[in-house]
Amino acid sequence: MSSRSTHEGQDQSEVFRGVATAAKADRETGKGIARASVPAFVAGEELANLADSDERVVVLTADLASANRLNDFSSRHPHRFFNLGIAEKNMISAAAGMASTGLIPFVGTFASFASLLGYEQIRTDCAYPGMSVRILAHHSGMSLGYYGSSHHALEDLAAMRAVADLTVACAVDGNQLRAMLRASLDLPGALYLRLGRGRDPEVYSEVPADFSFGRAVKLQEGSDVTIIATGSEVHPALGAAEILQSQGLSVRVLDMHTIKPLDQEAILAAAAETKAIVTVEEHSVIGGLGGAVAEVLADHSTGVAFLRHGVHDEYVLIGPPVSLYQHYRLDAQGIAAVVTKFLS
Amino acid sequence: MNQSATIDRLVDRALFIRLETLRLSRIAGAGHYSGTFSAAELLAVLYYHQLRLDPLRPDWPDRDRFVLSKGHAAIGLYPVLADLGYFEPSELDDYTRLGSAFGDHPDMRKIRGIDFSSGSLGHGLSIGVGMAMGARVQGRDYRTYVMVGDGELAEGQVWEAVMSASHYRLESLVCIVDRNRLGIDGPTEEIMTAEPIDERFGAFGWDVQRINGHDLGAITGAFDRINSSTSDRPHVLIADTIKGKGVARMEGDVHWHVGNLNAEDYAAVEQELREGTIR
Repeated sequence: MSSRSTHEGQDQSEVFRGVATAAKADRETGKGIARASVPAFVAGEELANLADSDERVVVLTADLASANRLNDFSSRHPHRFFNLGIAEKNMISAAAGMASTGLIPFVGTFASFASLLGYEQIRTDCAYPGMSVRILAHHSGMSLGYYGSSHHALEDLAAMRAVADLTVACAVDGNQLRAMLRASLDLPGALYLRLGRGRDPEVYSEVPADFSFGRAVKLQEGSDVTIIATGSEVHPALGAAEILQSQGLSVRVLDMHTIKPLDQEAILAAAAETKAIVTVEEHSVIGGLGGAVAEVLADHSTGVAFLRHGVHDEYVLIGPPVSLYQHYRLDAQGIAAVVTKFLS
Repeated sequence: MNQSATIDRLVDRALFIRLETLRLSRIAGAGHYSGTFSAAELLAVLYYHQLRLDPLRPDWPDRDRFVLSKGHAAIGLYPVLADLGYFEPSELDDYTRLGSAFGDHPDMRKIRGIDFSSGSLGHGLSIGVGMAMGARVQGRDYRTYVMVGDGELAEGQVWEAVMSASHYRLESLVCIVDRNRLGIDGPTEEIMTAEPIDERFGAFGWDVQRINGHDLGAITGAFDRINSSTSDRPHVLIADTIKGKGVARMEGDVHWHVGNLNAEDYAAVEQELREGTIR
């Protein structure tokens, strides 16, 4: 998938067959984690590349340039990089002020602080006035593991989704993140971009050339059940689909990378063409992807069998991320077990 | 224009701001009288003397920026923008009525000449920091002015912005504190101590001036000093003012933060404003 032209005329499922195969290979070899495709960590490099030809790109962070690797940007564009210290509210409002002068500020900090500490600034200073601020909310969900609930962001999609004129999206891997950053240069208004912890295994073997905010990606066709996943849960959802297929089920997998605007068409097609829908997200089941899909299904009186899978209204346990994903059944085996139980 | 004529003109425009505040409050049924009256001279000097503007080009990239962080004084700013030609004065006739562009707090997406939306106190100085950074990144020489209230200084974000402005040596940033000494619940020094405002800004590395915010000569003089400054520090103008200035019943009375005159009182208040002389 090196350019748009190679995609023309191809069926979408055919295009992504290669993608799913690559992801499968990663899971089998265990090499996925070691690969270079890491969302939070490619942003600095990709933005530096974009800034080479786009003078509007500036980057801000709150004493986390080494954690989010935005220092890959500051080393190449030091005069377009601003470290605002541990003062997220000021950083986000200042980014909005910069945007009002014609710049496109990318603001990186932990998702918990960006979304909760900076919520009013995102809403009132970025979204409401239509400022082209891009929030890079990294280490989202429970990916900071044993750092604990102060550092977890399991409510951010619910909060952000309620804000008018705000695009809300979740990057699956480094390649999709690059596509999102490129597309964001032409996106009107503000963007909340939810990222993992920078070790996310690859789902897209190349930068998807046909990425578009608001258009879900059908990674795999199927007719028995549709798994709709976003961000960090897309890779394990593909793994779960593989397990379920070995049990004789036909599983559709949608990468719902954009939570707002939501791809209603893809959801309604899944409701019409498959027997059940399960949403999977590293987020509370209240108000995030699952809530958003439920609203669409209810508004259209679909009646399809439906289950939200995620974190059920609790502060999660202390533990390493991998252990937490196992415990909360957000890894491939866990998702497969949840789907199997639901369908039975 | 000589000094005396300049001051006469500013006196007239400050009166205009107060009279228009009276008129628009009557349309809305209530208004932020006293916090607008305290800022009338400051707004007059900014818009009729200091700011580099072109009302015919509200998006001019090199214009000076003004952020009214104490957005509840917008009722005094809208008439100024209309007077300067940003929009037709008649557009204010349905101030705050259903569908109007003009609410209690300014919306930059609806009103020509508003450089940034405001209303939630504590944000504006950060917005100004970003505008000043934007000037630096793009090599532009405009200045950014932000007017904050004194009660607003209790917002922690203000001090995040103060810190970042001096850290980045944003010499093009000017903060104006309308020090009218009253919040909604009473004197600021009883609600949350603001003083010593000058020492606080100074300790953060700002260039500090403190003046009488109703003395037009003092205000223009302070701006003259900023205009000729070679300091690389951000500038703060702490303007000691009287909340409700110009109307005896409102001066220093917390109850007029948001007030509503009786219909029979408008004429008397208008007469009082016209007869009073604030220089």
